[in-house]
Amino acid sequence: MNCRSEVLEVSVEGRQVEEAMLAVLHTVLLHRSTGKFHYKKEGTYSIGTVGTQDVDCDFIDFTYVRVSSDELDRALRKVVGEFKDALRNSGGDGLGQMSLEFYQKKKSRWPFSDECIPWEVWTVKVHVVALATEQERQICREKVGEKLCEKIINIVEVMNRHEYLPKMPTQSEVDNVFDTGLRDVQPYLYKISFQITDALGTSVTTTMRRLIKDTLAL
Amino acid sequence: METDLNSQDRKDLDKFIKFFALKTVQVIVQARLGEKICTRSSSSPTGSDWFNLAIKDIPEVTHEAKKALAGQLPAVGRSMCVEISLKTSEGDSMELEIWCLEMNEKCDKEIKVSYTVYNRLSLLLKSLLAITRVTPAYRLSRKQGHEFVILYRIYFGEVQLNGLGEGFQTVRVGTVGTPVGTITLSCAYRINLAFMSTRTAGEDTGVTYPSVEDSQEVCTTSFSTSPPSQCVFTVTKAHFQTPTPVVTDTLRVPVAGLAFSHQLSSSRLSYQPAALGVGSADLAYPVVFAAGLNATHPHQLMVPGKEGGIALAPNQPTHGAQADQERLALYTPSDGAHCMATPSSSEDTETVSNSSEGRASPHDVLETIFVRKVGAFVNKPINQVTLTSLDIPFAMFAPKNLELEDADPMVNPPESPETESPLQGSLHSDGSSGGSNSNAHDDFVMIDFKPAFSKDDILPMDLGTFYREFQNPPQLSSLSIDIGAQSMAEDLDSLQEKLAVHEKNVREFDAFVETLQ
Repeated sequence: MNCRSEVLEVSVEGRQVEEAMLAVLHTVLLHRSTGKFHYKKEGTYSIGTVGTQDVDCDFIDFTYVRVSSDELDRALRKVVGEFKDALRNSGGDGLGQMSLEFYQKKKSRWPFSDECIPWEVWTVKVHVVALATEQERQICREKVGEKLCEKIINIVEVMNRHEYLPKMPTQSEVDNVFDTGLRDVQPYLYKISFQITDALGTSVTTTMRRLIKDTLAL
Repeated sequence: METDLNSQDRKDLDKFIKFFALKTVQVIVQARLGEKICTRSSSSPTGSDWFNLAIKDIPEVTHEAKKALAGQLPAVGRSMCVEISLKTSEGDSMELEIWCLEMNEKCDKEIKVSYTVYNRLSLLLKSLLAITRVTPAYRLSRKQGHEFVILYRIYFGEVQLNGLGEGFQTVRVGTVGTPVGTITLSCAYRINLAFMSTRTAGEDTGVTYPSVEDSQEVCTTSFSTSPPSQCVFTVTKAHFQTPTPVVTDTLRVPVAGLAFSHQLSSSRLSYQPAALGVGSADLAYPVVFAAGLNATHPHQLMVPGKEGGIALAPNQPTHGAQADQERLALYTPSDGAHCMATPSSSEDTETVSNSSEGRASPHDVLETIFVRKVGAFVNKPINQVTLTSLDIPFAMFAPKNLELEDADPMVNPPESPETESPLQGSLHSDGSSGGSNSNAHDDFVMIDFKPAFSKDDILPMDLGTFYREFQNPPQLSSLSIDIGAQSMAEDLDSLQEKLAVHEKNVREFDAFVETLQ
């Protein structure tokens, strides 16, 4: 099975990095989350309800919709915050990217660990610009808002192609497809990583990989 | 359409489509209410949340949707449309968007109804939630209130896109194939926000609807999506005319799919009374210079500071405001002949401050420096130019004797800090109301004050209105020195007693604190 890959690029001011990334990641996860599964006898299951909420950005003229799950929001904010700090500390040209990868687990026999097979990867490339005047910042607020609108439309377009999605699993397999660790929603298994690029375009810092369960354990 | 669908699947599919249509309408209308929407996730299925999404049902909206559908379902040639329009308090209206739920003939016979179609419809609703926040009308709807409201109308039949003006854009939300056809959800939205009045002489004012000649199923009801209290129009024909640039800031609204900013000169949202022959000075809306302004001061701006107690009404955008520079720009002269130059293009987002003739007194004589204001607190002085060399609107009205002496106080603000608080202003009001400017008879034009960091969701009164209304409160008695000193002495004396009392009640306080945790 081929892994679907989508790349988005944004140019933002430093203080807009977090909100822009959260907007994109939350929009993707909105489409890739379901309600909690409740398996019944005879192999059937019912699905919980996913709530949504609007989030106004403070530094961008933009509002996005996210899943109403504080746990999920906290996890994303944590990793986006780390990305933002890494960007700031890198001292490079302000180039970096975050990857949101959806994967399935395939059980392997001992001593081999489970295999993670990605089926969709969203990469958001960020270019941080430095602005000198208030006028430029005001323009940037609006322009970045417009750009994010385009990105949301792009994301929705991809989502509605109805391409490969993992099959709905049985109860024993559900943890191989979905992240069942959250209390209120159930996204597909995902991991988020990021890279900072230096001026030469090579990857400098190591890629950080986190599983959502690790993040929640903290 | 002949299908191999069994009756149970057919029934399920019809039910899914019906409820999908109803939920679609709810999502669209709720997204235009002007408020942030928030619903909770629930891990336990309630059985009443269609498509596993928590979307509240506003009864009125459901009722109207059902009325429009009249027991039918979207089918080929019969689409369900939700029209979103804007209506000003003057009665002018403009269609902003048409959301269409259509069905075409392309069938997917293999698809499983109760599982795949249902899940895909759920995904489509999520996409709709996301897309309703990115079209231009969303930001407009978040600002609705005194000057304009957003309305919706549901109709069933042929899609009518004529009211959207030229060059409207379309965004497709998504499609879902079913055994009886493919469901498509899309939005056509206006990008040309030039606001032409829909009123003509002798005609009743009101919202005009696109003519729908064919279908008998058309529902022509229009409902306001904002609380009635917000529909009050606050402009009065007086000195302190509140200019109401109806939807001026929409000119900067992000237009999805287009990486540009509106060139105001071509697509401004300006009221054009000349077309209607309504060019008198009595034109109150959205014209700034209405009756009450005398001829010598046709376009004065609010002067900060000197008048004591009057908070600065910036005509430049404040932090966080959405492109308020256009607010300054959108007034037409009372003769309706000339729309103000509003050079707010993307490369040139500047407003030209007008000189405030008539306000200048001799000591205000300064060099005629016109500063272009863009952001809050940003002054970018440009070379000296004279009044006549710049394309200043209403230059012809500028009193000639003040031509070179005029200085825009906004351009060269007084030494005091630009944003003095209303309280500070009022405290000094006694001393400065005499003021060096004899401006008791001067006419003001109040630019809509958009305070920094204010959010418009404090309804029904926004921060700017609050500021204006409470700008000159009486001085607090506790601020006068004598009374202050007295009360201080008394406070100190009674401190011991108060402490003793509180110590006695320590347990009650602790219990209270615990209830808070």
